[in-house]
Amino acid sequence: MDKFTTLTGIAAPMALVNIDTDMIIPKQFLKTIKRSGLGKNLFDEMRYNQDGSEKPDFVLNQPAYRQSEIIVAGDNFGCGSSREHAPWALLDFGIRCVISTSFADIFYSNCFKNGILPIVMPQDVVDVLMEDARKGANARMTVDLENQTVTTSDGQSFGFELDPFRKHCLMNGLDDIGLTMEKAASIDSYEARVSGQRPWI
Amino acid sequence: MTAPRTLYDKIWDEHVVHQAEDGTCLLYIDRHLVHEVTSPQAFEGLRMTGRPVRAPEKTIAVPDHNVPTTPGRENPDQMPEESRIQVAALDKNARDFGIHYYPVTDIRQGIVHIVGPEQGWTLPGMTVVCGDSHTATHGAFGALAHGIGTSEVEHVLATQTLIQQKSKNLKVEITGSLRPGVTAKDITLSVIGATGTAGGTGYVIEYCGQAIRELSMEGRMTVCNMAIEGGARAGLIAPDEKTFAYVMGRPHAPKGAAWEAALAYWKTLYTDEGAHFDKVITLKGEDIAPVVTWGTSPEDVLPITGSVPAASDFAGGKVGAAQRSLDYMGLTPGMKLTDIKIDTVFIGSCTNGRIEDLRAAAAILKGKKIAPGMRAMVVPGSGLVRAQAEEEGLAQIFLDAGMEWRLAGCSMCLAMNPDQLAPGERCAATSNRNFEGRQGRGGRTHLMSPAMAAAAALTGYLTDVREMMAETV
Repeated sequence: MDKFTTLTGIAAPMALVNIDTDMIIPKQFLKTIKRSGLGKNLFDEMRYNQDGSEKPDFVLNQPAYRQSEIIVAGDNFGCGSSREHAPWALLDFGIRCVISTSFADIFYSNCFKNGILPIVMPQDVVDVLMEDARKGANARMTVDLENQTVTTSDGQSFGFELDPFRKHCLMNGLDDIGLTMEKAASIDSYEARVSGQRPWI
Repeated sequence: MTAPRTLYDKIWDEHVVHQAEDGTCLLYIDRHLVHEVTSPQAFEGLRMTGRPVRAPEKTIAVPDHNVPTTPGRENPDQMPEESRIQVAALDKNARDFGIHYYPVTDIRQGIVHIVGPEQGWTLPGMTVVCGDSHTATHGAFGALAHGIGTSEVEHVLATQTLIQQKSKNLKVEITGSLRPGVTAKDITLSVIGATGTAGGTGYVIEYCGQAIRELSMEGRMTVCNMAIEGGARAGLIAPDEKTFAYVMGRPHAPKGAAWEAALAYWKTLYTDEGAHFDKVITLKGEDIAPVVTWGTSPEDVLPITGSVPAASDFAGGKVGAAQRSLDYMGLTPGMKLTDIKIDTVFIGSCTNGRIEDLRAAAAILKGKKIAPGMRAMVVPGSGLVRAQAEEEGLAQIFLDAGMEWRLAGCSMCLAMNPDQLAPGERCAATSNRNFEGRQGRGGRTHLMSPAMAAAAALTGYLTDVREMMAETV
């Protein structure tokens, strides 16, 4: 997993609320047995017509936003299906950070497993960031994970909260499984205890 | 003396393997359910790192999302190549890693959330996970059950644990009794309608109250199944005599002395008097009507007696979303919901693909024909549900009515297999999501109970099933 430290990039405004994971990556693209290659189908039904041509008014099709690395989104981003193909598709497109007032729980967890930073901000801050994102390619937003700030193109800076363990893993690109394996002795002793107490498990 | 705890607190406490100073916990997982769509990358990760499955005896796999529901499907050539590869990968992974497996040729195959309880894998007090958001279903047994992503699937395969932060406690109480024609589906949709799809974010729900107690296990599974649609990772119902009766004698339920020991433990699984809930929502069972969704979010719920809303009825970001939904769904504000014409009916899914659901639909359909031109399919949730429905004569009722009677699978709930809607096709569905494109690109989904879907199949319009029940009396 790639480390996440700071990011300065173009932010795409997507004010729609309840952007679900079916929108982010429709089910016909879940038939892959790989993690890579999903970026071209990110937001597929919003982004392309049935004949495969681009819908020109969709934000990521507009020249200013084709290289976006951040999305500023409406409430409850990533709701619905648990498919990790959603963060895989975002990452494959080049998105490393999503900012919203709220995220669905499973999507939120999935982001951290893939080096994507989901940032929760209050509505008034999201409103300011959304306006900044609407300025286009010349207005680059900066996300600083270490200091937990987002800074707009005109220098307004806002702090955000983040679980310290998740921050540590993201900043260092750490593999969860490796970390848990270090606690194998705890898992062994838990299993030994429970197999006596609840043998039917 | 310990402080009073909720049911969620108790199950959580029993499964903490390790707690870090910042509160991050390593939680033990008792049952891991696996299907073909969200697992290939996880098994590939194990192969790349040379890690085995830590507890194959606690890991159960079944293909359900991709599989065709038409006869002859044991021939893999029936599937498009990508689906075939994914199912073949699960076959191989189950074999290579030595986990329990129900292939499509096994009568016990079905939707993973129907197979787990049916086979007695799901038991009270357990932690249950699956790479599927509707894992919440298993909460009906008083198990802490939730969906996970593929990286977490790999984590559980390798370590039988998950790194978790504890959620907050949300109590959803349904007082009193339901009125005739109102079902578990109407409860769960009405709760989402009241809280919104983000109302449960960060919470685990405990459903309680007389109306919940009065539900069968099938109905309780329907309620918990859609906890995720309200934003909660998990929904729970405290186990009781109905739970124990359902579990007893299932193939993987404990037997003999182990049963007695298990039962004694399960009877401790309830929320203590005075335990703290961070939020409480109460609905009166008598106030719940048969409901349908009109839009493209499960929170877009209205009683069937209502009318299509206008975008201006909403506030904030929902104004734009509502307008987008109205455009997508092809609906005009003010039109009566019962004037909405339906092309297709889908009865099935992990929400409503159990025997009781099929009985409810058959009761409405018995001796009648579906509307001319209507396409209607009934997809049982497992091979065993299918066999039981055939034995009870339900399958014949569906066939006589002019409906298709399919093999078990997820089918048109998410349309990964050939069961899909065409653009603009409007469906009355007993599944769980009405998102844009969910049942096929451009497809329009209205969610409802099996009885309501059956009523719509007969009239060709969204229909208040209560009128039809009056007719048959």
